[in-house]
Amino acid sequence: MASTDTTPKDAKDAGDLAGLEAGLDALETVQTTRKPFRQTLTQKVLPPVVAVALVLTVWQSLITFKVVDDPTKLPAPADVWQVVEKAWLQGELLGYIWTSVSRGLFGFCLALVIATPLGLLLARVKLIRAAIGPILSGLQSLPSVAWVPPAVIWLGLNNQMMYAVILLGAVPSIANGLLSGVDQVPPLFQRAGRTLGATGLKGTWHITLPAALPGYVAGLKQGWAFSWRSLMAAEIIASFPDLGVGLGQLLENGRNASDMAMVFEAILLILTVGIAVDLLIFSPLERRVLRTRGLMVKS
Amino acid sequence: MATTLAKAADGTQSATHAARIEHVSKSFAGPAGQQLVLDDISLDVAPGEFVTLLGASGCGKSTLLNLVAGLDKPTAGGITTDGRPALMFQEHALFPWLTAGKNIELALKLRGTPKNERRERAEQLLELVRLGGAHGKRVHELSGGMRQRVALARALAQESRLLLMDEPFAALDAITRDVLHDELTRIWRETGLSVLFVTHNVREAVRLAQRVVLLSSRPGRIARQWTVDIPHPRRIEDTAVAELSVEITEQLRGEIRRHGQH
Repeated sequence: MASTDTTPKDAKDAGDLAGLEAGLDALETVQTTRKPFRQTLTQKVLPPVVAVALVLTVWQSLITFKVVDDPTKLPAPADVWQVVEKAWLQGELLGYIWTSVSRGLFGFCLALVIATPLGLLLARVKLIRAAIGPILSGLQSLPSVAWVPPAVIWLGLNNQMMYAVILLGAVPSIANGLLSGVDQVPPLFQRAGRTLGATGLKGTWHITLPAALPGYVAGLKQGWAFSWRSLMAAEIIASFPDLGVGLGQLLENGRNASDMAMVFEAILLILTVGIAVDLLIFSPLERRVLRTRGLMVKS
Repeated sequence: MATTLAKAADGTQSATHAARIEHVSKSFAGPAGQQLVLDDISLDVAPGEFVTLLGASGCGKSTLLNLVAGLDKPTAGGITTDGRPALMFQEHALFPWLTAGKNIELALKLRGTPKNERRERAEQLLELVRLGGAHGKRVHELSGGMRQRVALARALAQESRLLLMDEPFAALDAITRDVLHDELTRIWRETGLSVLFVTHNVREAVRLAQRVVLLSSRPGRIARQWTVDIPHPRRIEDTAVAELSVEITEQLRGEIRRHGQH
């Protein structure tokens, strides 16, 4: 506004503007730093560890104070640990785990290959969605254990039967996850994509699929949980020595031998493996997808 | 390229327009039957011209912009544009799974820019909106103003002759909006683009445009037009801007008042 200013107004303005803009950008940019390791330790790792320790303490005190004084009903934590240790020393432990995990993961991958195109088809073709959409969501609430008897009758006591049960459990979850992911793509992205020239297949590839990824990953996570549960149901009901002993058979063997420590061993292993696969594969995948999009809730 | 020129007979500048809207009407199926949203709109945007469409809510200004963008079809009348126009929304509409630079590169890819040129071109466009070095930034790491600038760069990547803007700065704070007004004016003058800018903010309209088109509401009709010959650079607090804004606001209020009378 100074009337004595000799620089052309235009040029001065341009310089001002650049400086102003740089200032605004600096002021408004949110610094996103990852939490320090210590904080992660105290906020994320410590609470579950304390919770597990509490459960163990309660369990042990039930034995110590003779609230339950019958090892055939409730074995001591130390007894269960001994069984696990023994299985480890005999080299059987990893065998049990591997038998089940390899079945579970192979079945899951098969479910993935079938469910992904199915989910896309459902999302894209209205008629197909109207026809099998409700059935597919209904299947999610059907306990997969119900599929074991027919699968045994159709396929016999073999691995194919296990995979069939896994597929029937996991395919609906994954397909529904992808479907809801596609449904939740903001219409704005579709419009923006169309003005950029992403129509038809290009639109599906560049806009719809990446936009639906968070829902898809959530579906994968649930799909794994369903795969694992279905597999355990199949292993427990259809235990057959020739199939190799997985964790489900281990549980069933424990029951037949009235060995409560072995039953607990099997339950703990099933739980641990299910959690471990989720923590090692699916949770990091989900976190990555959400973090790059700024969708991680800061706690 | 202009496609059809059915009514070129009465037009004096048949091929020399960035957008030509001829007798366009649009109605939607509403609860009370067909509802007329736009009524016989005719408007030309000359190459390199900056036009703002101003109106209260319900005047169908966004509907008109969607029609020009080709996202929707008019009920009657015709629209021709010089190539496919670029469109910027009130929300930045950047894709959060891509970095700022990759958003721009996607636009380049979709318009057929060869792979080896995309990166460099994206960097240039980011420089143009003064965000050089933001190529690898995630959308959520950018402030509201920066996001709109990346969105502008992405729209510019389409290299359309016409840029459509649907209240692109409405969600920003006053200071940032003011800076982006300067920025848009600078880029418009540097590139020679035609701009059709929709807003309900009178001062914004006057500050930016060469021509302000006021739409009446329900149905949207062109109520009046003003040519703005205030020299650039303009400031939102300039007296000339303020005076014209007062005049336009009076007219706009008159348009709105009519709806309360019957």
